Amino acid sequence: MSLDEYQKREFKQVGTRVRRPDGVDKVTGRAMYGADATAPGMLTGRILRSPHAHARIRSIDTKAAEALPGVKAVLTGADLPAQEDDFIRDVQDNCMARGKALYDGHAVAAVAAVDAATAKAALKLIKVDYEILPHVTEVDVAIKPGAPVVLAGRSLENVPAGMSENVTSHCEFGHGDPAKGFAKADRIVERSFRTAATHQGYIEPHACLASVSSDGKADLWCCTQGQYFVRTLCAAIMGMEASQLRVTASEIGGGFGGKTTVFIEPVALALSRKAGRPVKIVMTRDEVFRATGPTVHTSMDIKIGMAKDGRITGAEAHLRYSGGAFPCGTVDMGAQAAFAAYDLDNVRTYGWNVLTNRPKEAAYRAPGAPQAIYAVESVIDELCQDLGLDPIDVRLKNAAKKGTKSSYGPTFPDIGLVATLEAAKKHPHYSAPLAEGQGRGISCGFWFNFGGNSCVSLNINTDGTVGVTEGNPDIGGSRASISLMAAEELGIDYDRVRTIVADTSSLGYNDVTDGSRVTFAVGLATIKAARAAVRVMCERAAKIWGIDADAVEWKDGAAVPAGPNAGKFPPMSLAEIAAVSFETGGPIAGHHEVNVDGAGVSFGVHIVDVEVDKETGATKVLRYTVFQDAGKAVHPSYVEGQMQGGAVQGIGWALNEEYIYGADGRLQNPTFLDYRVPVASDLPMIDTVILEIPNPGHPYGVRGVGETGIVPPLAALSNAVSRSAGIRLSELPMSPPRVLKALGGS
Amino acid sequence: MKSIPVSTTINGDPYEFLCAPDETLLDALRNRLGLTGAKEGCGTGDCGACSVTLNGRLVCSCLVLGAEAEGAEIATIEGMADGDELHPLQRHFIDHAALQCGICTPGILVAAKSLLEKNPDPTDEEVRYWLAGNLCRCTGYDKIIRAVQAAAAEMRGA
Repeated sequence: MSLDEYQKREFKQVGTRVRRPDGVDKVTGRAMYGADATAPGMLTGRILRSPHAHARIRSIDTKAAEALPGVKAVLTGADLPAQEDDFIRDVQDNCMARGKALYDGHAVAAVAAVDAATAKAALKLIKVDYEILPHVTEVDVAIKPGAPVVLAGRSLENVPAGMSENVTSHCEFGHGDPAKGFAKADRIVERSFRTAATHQGYIEPHACLASVSSDGKADLWCCTQGQYFVRTLCAAIMGMEASQLRVTASEIGGGFGGKTTVFIEPVALALSRKAGRPVKIVMTRDEVFRATGPTVHTSMDIKIGMAKDGRITGAEAHLRYSGGAFPCGTVDMGAQAAFAAYDLDNVRTYGWNVLTNRPKEAAYRAPGAPQAIYAVESVIDELCQDLGLDPIDVRLKNAAKKGTKSSYGPTFPDIGLVATLEAAKKHPHYSAPLAEGQGRGISCGFWFNFGGNSCVSLNINTDGTVGVTEGNPDIGGSRASISLMAAEELGIDYDRVRTIVADTSSLGYNDVTDGSRVTFAVGLATIKAARAAVRVMCERAAKIWGIDADAVEWKDGAAVPAGPNAGKFPPMSLAEIAAVSFETGGPIAGHHEVNVDGAGVSFGVHIVDVEVDKETGATKVLRYTVFQDAGKAVHPSYVEGQMQGGAVQGIGWALNEEYIYGADGRLQNPTFLDYRVPVASDLPMIDTVILEIPNPGHPYGVRGVGETGIVPPLAALSNAVSRSAGIRLSELPMSPPRVLKALGGS
Repeated sequence: MKSIPVSTTINGDPYEFLCAPDETLLDALRNRLGLTGAKEGCGTGDCGACSVTLNGRLVCSCLVLGAEAEGAEIATIEGMADGDELHPLQRHFIDHAALQCGICTPGILVAAKSLLEKNPDPTDEEVRYWLAGNLCRCTGYDKIIRAVQAAAAEMRGA
């Protein structure tokens, strides 16, 4: 971990609430999203999907579809190459089934036709001969020996013998001896929990436009969180060299982790290659729900021992996660995050990943953490209730701090949990009176945050303006944050900087917009690119003044002599140096390429007041406050926005959202009518308190803020419901029927 | 199926187009007229991203047929600003950071404008219920409600 980056400084622009550069385009309808692009001669692509949860594909007869006038290409799994690499093969097989359909909605064939009506008609002419196989959609059933096997031969060696072949991996973290810890406890609570799979629920369905030329070059326009990773996956599937495939990220209509992989992009490319024309595919909402990644569904056992004074003496978690029909590592993150907020002597977590006949999981905001932390924070709250202790005091007593050996291994540097808990405790919300029937819940949350590969080019234009080229789709205002950091470092106005997101041919590799990494890592690369440009500008001024470059420094947006010995020259501003750059050595630029370390973990605490309607089982959220350590908040409005948005996704997860499968293995609710995300009338204002504990790994002290906010709501809501209605639920969502059942009603 | 000729007015301008009998107004706007500001988030009237007004009434254009636009007055997000002059709602959405990804924003702006035309001084709860048909997955609605109220106050001259 890089801990020497942060230098305390007074900010002039970072921390202000400037207008985002893409704002006007987005409020006027001008911004171009995935489905908004067209190309001359474009065809419409459509995908045929399995209606069965698990079926062997005996044959696919595409002759009639191919013969339909207006159909230009038909594709099945047989058209795609065999892949040796497990990971690439899984991605490809998820885009287009080969041999077996593994879940309701799994793609089995695709067509490209002159228009949507023809494409739709062609799909009806494709005859798939299925042999229906027994299916399994629930993790607790799939884990048992004798359960239908989703994919054979995928168990890693660390899976204990005697479990179903659906168990693909096992992990274990922790230190000390929980049994010894439990022996010291005054009270031990052991509970089992379940959480439903939820979908990221971005409002923009996946969309792409692919164009493959007969000379082998290809262009792909798509809504994605990472155009470079799309290129990696598509180039592997298409057997292309990376340089021949240019991927351009459109404006993106939400992702939350769900647009970090490919679903339709390789299909559109393969259809385009076959048809010799551009092909556009836009998913329907039904396809988004049935065939793109929701998060894992889980089953968990938690055991925590506590002394009378609130000290946790021992802690253990057994986590069983299922990310659908293909292996995934999400349970590892849950097992690492479960107890990360606490300084524990005896802690152990165990995780198992289990295959089920459901769509392949995709990342969802802090993947794996909300579920495990929901279970842990529920048990801690129950212990607080049993022992008559204040929930914040107990968390403060056990809170991880600088120097704590975390439950997943690393020792923490400066972290903000104690400050966050103290801010929550002294906030008026925590002491506000509650009416009869209302309940207040709190929960801590944790996320690792990530840095990763980042490239930034920063060009000084001759008119004194600056262009920043970066490679991460802007999902919530990151271009504004990056422009702010460039302006701060260069000492020029924010309005003089324009940041754009490059396509894959215009800049080196950038990791996906995920892991709350962009403002942190791309920001760091931007600051260093600006410093590189500043060095060049100082050299140019030195040349003009006829002094050593070492004798020039950068101050308030201008080159100045470093001291009295350097000579007396009036400051040369960035604009003045830029204006004569053609005479002093040519255009001026700075760039920086790095694999950033030192992301700095993030903690949050949420307080929520609810009232449970005992007639209907509905839970009304009355008041909500989010406390989060953001490091330096570069653009506070968008930091608040991440905290609010994460909290509300968590509220949806806690109260309503779930994938519901029927006995037939089909998804019962693939619409926004039946999969109910929170709407405006469900919610109060979401208050926010930003704590700025500088991250030692960033020049300005920035931490990632995007993901932590979804972690605490699940337990905060459950703990509040428990205190409002006197019932402790152990399953999410706490939908009205479940609450009514727990209340003993019908 | 034989296409239907449609004459209509969109954002004050006359338009003529041909559409299939089963084609939605949303598809006609987006695919035939290049007005891609209205978005398809669901196609079932659940998300509101395709909101437009039809003869002054707020509708999901995915639930209206293109042929129904015959002789109608349609207003879309593309017509909300007056040239370079943003509508107060548009300006306050930017100033209050009421959008993150922005995909729901055109629909929410059209819906909010429609609300303020009927009720220039709504309570927060009235704004929340009016916008309950417009899903936003990024913001948690907090800043959207504040932006609508700030625009309403400005438009009332408050």
